[in-house]
Amino acid sequence: MVTSITSFGRSGLYDWMIQRVTAVVLAAYTIFMIGYLAFGAELTYEMWNSLFEGTAMRIFTLLALLSMAAHVWIGLWSVSTDYIKPTGLRFLFQSGSGLVTFIYVVWGIQILWGI
Amino acid sequence: MTRAVNKKRPVNLDLRTIKQPLPAITSILHRATGVALFVAAAFMMYALGLSLESEAGFNEAVEMFENGFLAKLIAWGCVSALLYHFFAGIKHLVMDFGHCEELESGLKAAQITLGLSAVAVLLAGVWIW
Repeated sequence: MVTSITSFGRSGLYDWMIQRVTAVVLAAYTIFMIGYLAFGAELTYEMWNSLFEGTAMRIFTLLALLSMAAHVWIGLWSVSTDYIKPTGLRFLFQSGSGLVTFIYVVWGIQILWGI
Repeated sequence: MTRAVNKKRPVNLDLRTIKQPLPAITSILHRATGVALFVAAAFMMYALGLSLESEAGFNEAVEMFENGFLAKLIAWGCVSALLYHFFAGIKHLVMDFGHCEELESGLKAAQITLGLSAVAVLLAGVWIW
């Protein structure tokens, strides 16, 4: 049996499940943020700052950030495997995606705990 | 013995000349917006970082979204991609549970996804401007 070594969860089945679980987390975060920004009170710095100072929001945001990282990897992996046929180029694209994703995670943690 | 499949029938895999059914269009848009969101994440994180950095940073971000045309355009693009990806993702989850997999219901699901997204994208534009 040939196993793909570049998939996220070591098997397509895990990837499939992880993609969906992370999607639900990201959907919840999207609903919360759009609801807060579009339908909440007029935003002030105090409100915004205290929102992200709360532990619950930090956990939720970090969860969304890590979900995004996994979701992005599986998504970009699928898309690049479908459309980028030359192995070298695909390897380059996937490595680049992985690197950028890692930078996003570190950047996000810095933002969250730098308040 | 006669073969059921005539191997000499013409094959056309040229994407530019194939008329894509609506569910195929929603699928490719889901992929395109997914890739776009990967890039958009950088703008969103920049805005989040700026707004949380300090009160001055927050005011700068607010000023940017209130008066910067380019910032508004980028924000609208990000939110639009996010909204489409969101609705198409929900359609995907619904289909994972075995619904809307037939020709007719699949088409209906694609129409609803595109319709809802179009409305949401317009509303987002109104919200941003």
